[in-house]
Amino acid sequence: MARVWVFDNNISTDDIIAGRYLPKFEATNDSSWLGAHVMENIVPSFASKVGKGDIIVAGRNFGCGSSREEAPVALKAAGISVVVAESFARIFYRNSINRGLPVLTCKGVRKNFKSGDDIEVDIKNSVIRNRGTNKTFKFEPLPIFILDILNAGGLLRSLKQMVGKTKK
Amino acid sequence: MAMTITEKIFAKASGKRRVSPGEIVEANIDAAMIHDLTGPLVIHVFHETGAKKVWNPSKIVIVADHQVPANSVDAAQNHMVLRKFATEQKIKSFYDIFEGICHQVLPEKGFALPGRLIVGADSHTTTYGALGCVSAGVGATDMAAVFVTGKLWFRVPENIKIVVEKKMPMRVMAKDLILKIIGDLGADGATYRAMEFTGRGMRNITMDGRMTMCNMGVELGAKNAIVPADVVTKKYLAGRAKQSYKVVTSDPNAEYVETHTYDVSKLEPQVSCPHSVENVKPVDEVGKVEIDQAFLGSCTNGRIEDLIVAAKILKDKKISRRVRMIVSPASRDIYKEALDAGIIRILVEAGALVEAPCCAACLGVHVGILGPGEVCISSSNRNFRGRQGSPESKVYLASAATVAASAIKGAITDPRDV
Repeated sequence: MARVWVFDNNISTDDIIAGRYLPKFEATNDSSWLGAHVMENIVPSFASKVGKGDIIVAGRNFGCGSSREEAPVALKAAGISVVVAESFARIFYRNSINRGLPVLTCKGVRKNFKSGDDIEVDIKNSVIRNRGTNKTFKFEPLPIFILDILNAGGLLRSLKQMVGKTKK
Repeated sequence: MAMTITEKIFAKASGKRRVSPGEIVEANIDAAMIHDLTGPLVIHVFHETGAKKVWNPSKIVIVADHQVPANSVDAAQNHMVLRKFATEQKIKSFYDIFEGICHQVLPEKGFALPGRLIVGADSHTTTYGALGCVSAGVGATDMAAVFVTGKLWFRVPENIKIVVEKKMPMRVMAKDLILKIIGDLGADGATYRAMEFTGRGMRNITMDGRMTMCNMGVELGAKNAIVPADVVTKKYLAGRAKQSYKVVTSDPNAEYVETHTYDVSKLEPQVSCPHSVENVKPVDEVGKVEIDQAFLGSCTNGRIEDLIVAAKILKDKKISRRVRMIVSPASRDIYKEALDAGIIRILVEAGALVEAPCCAACLGVHVGILGPGEVCISSSNRNFRGRQGSPESKVYLASAATVAASAIKGAITDPRDV
């Protein structure tokens, strides 16, 4: 069980974390700095209300715009455990997988949730459930190589393994 | 089997005879670009992998362009990280704070060549497709993977064909065309797809204009945007190309999931209204919108063609007293060309402030940040809430001509009316 935050169509990576917060993160790699300012431009109170394990349910084209990998880093740092959306922008999608944040594509999902709903996500069976209405929805199953990256917590681990092997 | 230009480039890069949309390929990267606002994170992840050396220092290009000269200690530190990495890894193609915006510098210095596969840690890397290459934005971890292996996985995209016919009227620019296309197809109209600009009308669109169009391909979600190389491309590359190149074109019977045709002879100036790039209207339907700032610059429209049209409009005129006009040529070469042509003098005499070549006011991290309630007309590419400063500010996107005309009138203005 997890709490839902509903967002609209076309949430950009600028919305997720504004450009003004990037320089300090690039210089320090302190992800808590990003988490403290997540979604600030569109929902100023979001960072103070979001909790560990919460899940975003959004409309079309979530994560459009800038390639900033700070977007999934900020969401994770704020406690977001999964993003379910009708569709994702491609760079954000890749970045999220690479950072170990599950991003699930589920058509028609947004209108079936409201902020505060209780959601259950079963990645293995590609199903999400609104525990309030008890409605279930199938999301597009993740390819095995993407599941592998997610299970490793992101791409870094396999890169480390690869570099380690070539050294031996 | 017939292939599109994008499919052919992915096939070649992945060592295959043919590829089809949806197929996952591992492709060799011909050039990889990072800059000062994404590069330090790439370098951090690269070090975390344990790798000691990049796969090929001659294929990496580093540009300091987002916060130049440094406007904070963080920015200064980020520049230091880039300099140190370039020295340690023997990366010769390091362009420090003097050179301009990455998406102008790479084409200008001859890195963007027909047939290549290029990635950049910046979404507007789609720009280089104007030179007939496949060019896509990636995040920091993907870029670190490229730095380690020289390879990256891609899903071969479906293709959308945009056929351009005829010639645009006076003071209507390539920016107006791409804004019109974004308005028609939407902010996710090309997600995961390749956009191919073709048709006889493309012959009338300059390399500057083609870069504007490919640049904003990502505003429709495109993986890449591409203009097959032609006589305009060859002319642009003469004396610039870093290596020899082979022109790639789509087969006549290649498959496209969508085709859209634009007769541009009747196109009007377009404006993208806050806070979504797809919120596009003809300039005459925007209504009365007073502006506080006019920004002419960015990887979308800081090129010589943009400065020339602005100078024509602003010559012997004064910018409205209520407007701060900020100009940033996209590169040092463009700056010099504009100086030689007397353009900078015209802009300054009209009342504009000319900044160093950089990303400037585009993304709210450097010069020209907007305060609460302020309104900017901008030649850049994004108008998301708070993009250029306060979340209570508003950004309208338009061509260089519309920005210049609006600066004179103090409100959004049709450039054909001044």
